[in-house]
Amino acid sequence: MALKHFAAAALGAVLALGLFAAPVAAQAPLRIVITEGVIEPMPIALPRIQASPDAAVLAEEVRNVVISDLSGSGLFRIIDEAAYLSDGGSVDARPNLDNWRVINAEALGVSDAALDPDGRLAVRFQLWDVFQGGPLGDGIIVRAAPGDARRIGHKIADAIHLALTGEPGYFDSRLAFVAESGPKGDRTKRIAVMDYDGANVRYLTDGRALVLTPRFSPQGDRIVYISYATGEPKVVIQDVGSGASEVLGAFPAMSFAPRFSPDGSRVIMSLADGGNTDLYEMSLATRQLRRLTSGPGIETAPSYSPDGTQVVFESDAGGSQQLYVMSASGGPATRISFGEGRYGTPVWSPRGDLIAFTKILSGRFHVGVMRADGSNERLLTASFLDEAPTWSPNGRVLKFFRETPGPQGAPAVWRVDANGRNLRRVPTPGAASDPSWSPLLP
Amino acid sequence: MTLSGRFAALAFAALLAACSQTQPEEAAPPTDASAGATLDPASVAFFQSRIGDKVFFATDSALLDASAQATLRAQAGWLIANPARSAVVEGHADERGTRDYNLALGARRASAVRNFLVGEGVPAGRLRSVTFGKERPESLCSNESCWSLNRRGVTVMADGPTS
Repeated sequence: MALKHFAAAALGAVLALGLFAAPVAAQAPLRIVITEGVIEPMPIALPRIQASPDAAVLAEEVRNVVISDLSGSGLFRIIDEAAYLSDGGSVDARPNLDNWRVINAEALGVSDAALDPDGRLAVRFQLWDVFQGGPLGDGIIVRAAPGDARRIGHKIADAIHLALTGEPGYFDSRLAFVAESGPKGDRTKRIAVMDYDGANVRYLTDGRALVLTPRFSPQGDRIVYISYATGEPKVVIQDVGSGASEVLGAFPAMSFAPRFSPDGSRVIMSLADGGNTDLYEMSLATRQLRRLTSGPGIETAPSYSPDGTQVVFESDAGGSQQLYVMSASGGPATRISFGEGRYGTPVWSPRGDLIAFTKILSGRFHVGVMRADGSNERLLTASFLDEAPTWSPNGRVLKFFRETPGPQGAPAVWRVDANGRNLRRVPTPGAASDPSWSPLLP
Repeated sequence: MTLSGRFAALAFAALLAACSQTQPEEAAPPTDASAGATLDPASVAFFQSRIGDKVFFATDSALLDASAQATLRAQAGWLIANPARSAVVEGHADERGTRDYNLALGARRASAVRNFLVGEGVPAGRLRSVTFGKERPESLCSNESCWSLNRRGVTVMADGPTS
């Protein structure tokens, strides 16, 4: 089998991973359906990557990333290497699937790695359906500089996720967050960005100014956040790559709660004019502000629907903090939260089906989800303070922050599946809050 | 605020509490009050300790109760008597709300304080307001005794120490 059977995928170039989603078999394909029920993780075999000597160390790093991604998702279980009866064999050859059937692997990932003449690492990968005996889609080739070896692993894990669930993964993505240090009463806060799994932490601000609530652009190339650099809260836009930043809007009001529109052309935010907080939308091209609400209540924490036509936000116009939906051009709003307690920080799922929120009830904070019309509310977490959910690019996982009480209390980032399973802490270098999940990287 | 300044403020706050009742029930215990005897009435330290630079709010409220109004009348009198001073009114919230909402709530509280001071005759141009939401708690425990102290409006002299 020749290379032409592989869809080439170079980081930074256009990906051809879509080929992987092609129908794979006439019979029912091997597939995990992501549903609400407790599911048994699918057992997968991932033998070592067959690597040329100069690529061996990097290949091991790639494989470890794939294993960590897939097992961390809760959807897959990587069968221990000690159980394997053979190695993976050549990517270009049909593996002896009997060897994998007897250890109950449902899928087998075979791969090899070499250094290209230009020094880049090239990993070829092919997934097999062990019990039906056929390849799962075309193979892929992912190339990257050695320093980006982890991203090759994330790309392969995303391809496996897509092949076995029918949905894109979320592994080659980043998280922006606020890195916190210092005493609770005078916290130093910095905007930071890291890989979704905690690797490659980078700080975008230096801690001199109080900064809050970073949010990624839909392209993942910019963030908006709040900075107190001028002495009062102002929405700032910053380029993630170059670090160049700019206060958005030269108006006297305090501004906060920014979020990009799904097409990246606008930023919605709250302006506090005197004591009254309302929603405004700013065009990034013209910097023109458009007022969306005008009531005397607090209107804040806006989030667009994925098609950009609607906005979910929180308002205390009805007497307490509740969730409302209105047209993205303003106008009448419809309340969607009706349970006990207060509701805040609504975030529309990228799939469009659900809205995640923070709920404050009887002195406890919860992260929950409801349908966009407010029905089927489900609380996924509970603690002294759980707040600020952010969706994975595929709309299946939430990250949020959980803060512990008391003078030594500190926040940390956690993740939970949107169906409530697989609650885990996300590694960060220190205390961390206000997570924002990027889209899948190109 | 420095440590020594804070102690001084607590001492005067205790003094003041007896007559104006500007402090909530959880106010600081009495300490040595003699340290303030020589304070210049035009000083920021005097404003902070004798007048009282803070007012407190009920949960999720920006209403000024009677004791808060009494404190703010005294603040207004001082600001009118010291026309060279300008101030930033900070609005703060406790940790039992979400971040964006608490920024809006802090803005509402700061505005309530500022509007009251303006209503008492302080020129609006001398007063700015800013919200800190739940970002700068002054009392760090996680129960009502601290939360009631953190739901506050603080009148900070622009040329004075920040609180």
